[in-house]
Amino acid sequence: MDKVKQYTVTIYTENNVGLLNRISAIFQRRHINIESINSSISEIENVSKWTIVVKLTEDQMKKIIGQIEKQVEVIKAFYHTEDEIVYQESCLFKIKSDLLFDERQIQNIIKESNSRIVTVNKAFFVIEKSGKKEEIDLLYRELSVFGIMQFTRSGRIAVTKDEMKISTLLKALQH
Amino acid sequence: METKTIKNNEQSTSKTIRISGSEAVVRSLMAEGVDVLYGYPGGAIMPVYDQLYKFQNEIHHVLTRHEQGATHAAQGYARISGKVGVAMATSGPGATNLITGIADAQIDSTPMVCITGQVGSHLLGSDAFQETDIVGISTPVTKWNHQVTKASEIPEVIAKAFYIAKSGRPGPVLIDITKDAQFEEFDFKYEKCTGIRSYKPIPETNPNTLQAAADLINNAKKPLVVWGQGVILGEAEAEFKAVIEKASLPSAWTILGASAIPSTHPLNVGMVGMHGNYAPNVLTNECDVLIAIGMRFDDRVTGNLNYYAKQAKIIHFEIDPAEVDKNVKTDVAVLGNSKETLAAILPLLKENSHKEWHQKFKDLYQVEFDKVIKNDLHPTKDGLTMGEVLKEINAQTKGEAAIVSDVGQHQMIACRYADFNVSKSNITSGGLGTMGFALPAAIGAKMGAPNREVVTIIGDGGYQMTIQELGTIFQTKVPVKIVVLNNNFLGMVRQWQQLFFDKRYASTEMVNPDFVTIAKGYHINAKSVSKREDLTNTIKEMIDHKGPFFLEVKVEKEDNVFPMIQTGASVSDIRLE
Repeated sequence: MDKVKQYTVTIYTENNVGLLNRISAIFQRRHINIESINSSISEIENVSKWTIVVKLTEDQMKKIIGQIEKQVEVIKAFYHTEDEIVYQESCLFKIKSDLLFDERQIQNIIKESNSRIVTVNKAFFVIEKSGKKEEIDLLYRELSVFGIMQFTRSGRIAVTKDEMKISTLLKALQH
Repeated sequence: METKTIKNNEQSTSKTIRISGSEAVVRSLMAEGVDVLYGYPGGAIMPVYDQLYKFQNEIHHVLTRHEQGATHAAQGYARISGKVGVAMATSGPGATNLITGIADAQIDSTPMVCITGQVGSHLLGSDAFQETDIVGISTPVTKWNHQVTKASEIPEVIAKAFYIAKSGRPGPVLIDITKDAQFEEFDFKYEKCTGIRSYKPIPETNPNTLQAAADLINNAKKPLVVWGQGVILGEAEAEFKAVIEKASLPSAWTILGASAIPSTHPLNVGMVGMHGNYAPNVLTNECDVLIAIGMRFDDRVTGNLNYYAKQAKIIHFEIDPAEVDKNVKTDVAVLGNSKETLAAILPLLKENSHKEWHQKFKDLYQVEFDKVIKNDLHPTKDGLTMGEVLKEINAQTKGEAAIVSDVGQHQMIACRYADFNVSKSNITSGGLGTMGFALPAAIGAKMGAPNREVVTIIGDGGYQMTIQELGTIFQTKVPVKIVVLNNNFLGMVRQWQQLFFDKRYASTEMVNPDFVTIAKGYHINAKSVSKREDLTNTIKEMIDHKGPFFLEVKVEKEDNVFPMIQTGASVSDIRLE
């Protein structure tokens, strides 16, 4: 049997309302949990890029890619293993300002984790950190000792190590 | 979405005219060559109906008695004509009533465009009267859908809808148009869609796969073809026939593939699947090369996948890349349109005879004949069988009728025993198994092919799901021949209850009304038959009758359909009794 692995799916799409519904239905119908999802512009004008993280067997992954590509407004879908991509997530911590002065350790944590302070006011300060999931998890554990007022993490964003031939593909499609 | 269009085409209006969105809807449909559409008016679609009134001499609107009937009629029309079927409904319940037909068209790859009215755009999301999120609801069961809120979008969106519905692997498209967009005036100009940047309807064929497939077929000792609707949708009947004849390939069909080659063709070895023929099912697990053409290895075809053709090399001719390796791992996948790929492989194939292999099919046919077919077609017991009704219809239509069947025992009997000597003759709900499909689908089929005899075979259960379409038949006088095979049971469910639930007949016995009286209430000629000696004459009367005709045949109550592959069993463990 095929082993369950973490895959990152990249989908290039026409910028269209309703497509999120269509794509998420493909996963939902098969009881596949989406670990994270991110939608943004891409390197090509008027083309959106989605990054979805899922845990599946490769066989399941291939079938899902087929179903995604079948959608009229999807230009191309790819799936990648962890070592084929460079990826990051981003997170924000909101913490009481008093702690920044009372707990010296916090300043060390910020320095050592390569995170940065986005804003400080009398009541709270906000730390931002970009990195891999494990790094963010570690930072979360370290800061939670002192109390976190709010925390949020973004979905994964990724670029591939190899060239994406999407621009050539688009040119070919236009002829 | 970037799209390509044909300009100044004869079907495109090169002149710009200032009209309302609702008029643009009707003019766009006419530009797409739509001569008939099926639907039901209501508040949010009234402006379009007002235009249909204005253009009633150019485009024929058929008022069905329920929106579901409109979709099935559009499906019947599309399946027999190869053209796009069109259904129309108002917002809210009108739109939601289309869903069953849309889902049916999606799973059976039927080209259909549905147009729904929607509340005014200022009311969207306000839970207005008859507002429903039909784009959201229809998303999983449409090939594409879109909501229009500006009149100026109408021509481009309708052009795209027809292009998407018909091209590649066909399917249903839904266009939802807000009422304000229907009233708004704009400068109308129609250009047909010829391409969409993100959508590739037909995948490229890799020539290496053609050669690899040809090598496997040429070296096969026991090849078996299983073809599906892809041959019919690709209009590849002639190419298909040439391929199987040259290499002498025994060929079996899926329910939707039926009629691509005549039933009488010597290489036609019958239907595969749950109630298919004995020989092709058993020999699926004996063949050395299985050549699947335009089919999708549905579970009703394959039985238990763990025991499906494991000994064979699998070749899959397919237009939809997502179908390849979905259910059955293939050795060679030939992507592309069946018409082109079959034509391309023909010169690569060697002539062959496979004499001994063909004999096996004949031997197993004889087994099936003795155990099942003989009793179905030439019964010696008193009660009428469904099979003998089909045999009589075959005889009196010379096997040239289009058979529109519903879902259940009668459907399996119709598919097993109807003679299909003309392509596009088996119109039935295959993938979704929609009871109530046949009566409205027959209306559309007869309108899509007025010169063909259209006989619809329906069970007493399914008939009562869309029986109100008798009103549509009465009003349009469409001369369909309706045969209800009445066993006073939901027969297929009853059969399962008998075989797998110790005859606990939970909610399957039906107390039925007098069907003849009901048909007569709609002024449709009607007869009922319960004796064998009356069968031939009454069917003759029905076929000879110029207008619509209703025939009830009271058949044996507890007959079963065999052969049968039980759920979870292998195709070769098919039961004969």
